[in-house]
Amino acid sequence: MAVTYFTEDHEWVRVEDGIATVGITDHAQDQLGDLVFVQLPDVGQSLSKGDAAVVVESVKAASDVYAPLDGEVTEVNDATASDPALVNSSATGDGWLWKMKLSDTDQLAGLLDEAGYKAIIG
Amino acid sequence: MGTDENLKLLPLDDMHRAAGARFGGFAGWSMPITYPLGVMKEHLHTREKAGLFDISHMKLFDVSGSGAGDLLSHACPLGAGSLQHGQSKYTFFLNEQAGILDDLIVTRLGEEHFIVVANAGNAAGDEAHLRNLAKNFDCKIDALDHAFLAIQGPQAADVVRDAGIAGTELAFMNGFAPKPGWFMSRSGYTGEDGFEIGLPSGEARELATRLLADERVAWIGLAARDSLRLEAGLCLHGQDINPDIDPVDAGLAWAISKPVREKAVFIGARALLDKIAAGPGRKRVGLKPDGRQPVRSDSVLVDVDGNSIGLVTSGGFGPSAGHPVAMGYVGKHFAAVGTLIFAEVRGNRIQMHIHPLPFTPHRYHKG
Repeated sequence: MAVTYFTEDHEWVRVEDGIATVGITDHAQDQLGDLVFVQLPDVGQSLSKGDAAVVVESVKAASDVYAPLDGEVTEVNDATASDPALVNSSATGDGWLWKMKLSDTDQLAGLLDEAGYKAIIG
Repeated sequence: MGTDENLKLLPLDDMHRAAGARFGGFAGWSMPITYPLGVMKEHLHTREKAGLFDISHMKLFDVSGSGAGDLLSHACPLGAGSLQHGQSKYTFFLNEQAGILDDLIVTRLGEEHFIVVANAGNAAGDEAHLRNLAKNFDCKIDALDHAFLAIQGPQAADVVRDAGIAGTELAFMNGFAPKPGWFMSRSGYTGEDGFEIGLPSGEARELATRLLADERVAWIGLAARDSLRLEAGLCLHGQDINPDIDPVDAGLAWAISKPVREKAVFIGARALLDKIAAGPGRKRVGLKPDGRQPVRSDSVLVDVDGNSIGLVTSGGFGPSAGHPVAMGYVGKHFAAVGTLIFAEVRGNRIQMHIHPLPFTPHRYHKG
């Protein structure tokens, strides 16, 4: 069964069978405003926790999306690169950004649950 | 956001909060950056219908007296005495090196009566500068504590007319005083037709409420104001022009008429005339990234060999253009439309081409 975690950097992480799907939260897309550009990582790319994995750009500014965990990119959501507004309209659904195979599932203990994330954004 | 106690509040601050605005600091003011519509739709709404902007952060100076015209013709490269009554003119305060201290709109309201509209970020410096120069002229300067609203877009004139407000007979870059304490001009900074209305703060609430009652009108924030003016190829002082850039390099020498150049009584005249004779060293140009990635201000521009040739001064996404847009300065040999150049963005080279300005055609009401 999939379990969803969150980070203090406003990402959600849905983990199932050692594969994590990562996106930005609805709160994050709302704060960023209309996205116009998404730069995705390469499939096969190794990411360490804290690496800038994705760049999202709104009309006004560029922001990094960080790898929440160590692992290897297995799939990217090209639909967000061709239609960045998808991240605004469906941040936690069709607007997911990438999937990664986790190298250390123990790191999941360092992430937030939904209640913990909601406490942060208030 | 917007709770910084050092920021000044707009007179209609509570109206923006009630409208659900997000605030940010700009030039010392707490400004509505976006409304719930969002920057993209706010921008497009302005190009399609009518956008209402609170620009009360900008400063209006009322300059009057027998020496008012001569003061302004000295302070600015402007023939203030040659303006028709009601005529507005885009001009500058220049320093002795002809660097642009601020860009302004001066409107002649009467024989000895002018309104100067200045940028918020330069308001204090402009006022000190103008008052210092005014010592040698017989005139009076009032720094008005007004509210200032802009309504912009192809339906702005119909909205204003339907609201029962006089002024729709004006042609672009003309202004008048419709009632005591009011100043209204057909002008704006979006590339669209529209009006700017300065008025006492107490009356601004009623005006804004009346305009917003029209379904064609929506509040538009500072984020869309920036993308609109960038698409329109209009300079933002502090970014695209500053005291180290003169009107020749900025491509704004058109604002300085031949008689004004010949009389040469304005501050910076000698440097400006020398510069006009020598020609620009660099040129302000439009920049279109080939891909979808926006290129932001302060990105370094390089040629195909990687040599630095200039700098981006404004950049973002153009919602009406449908692609990223930018402007900046390049060496004059790279300024031709279609020239291939590159911007350095976070270690990557983004391919772009010199593009004509504006990105979206101006739709001013020439009358």
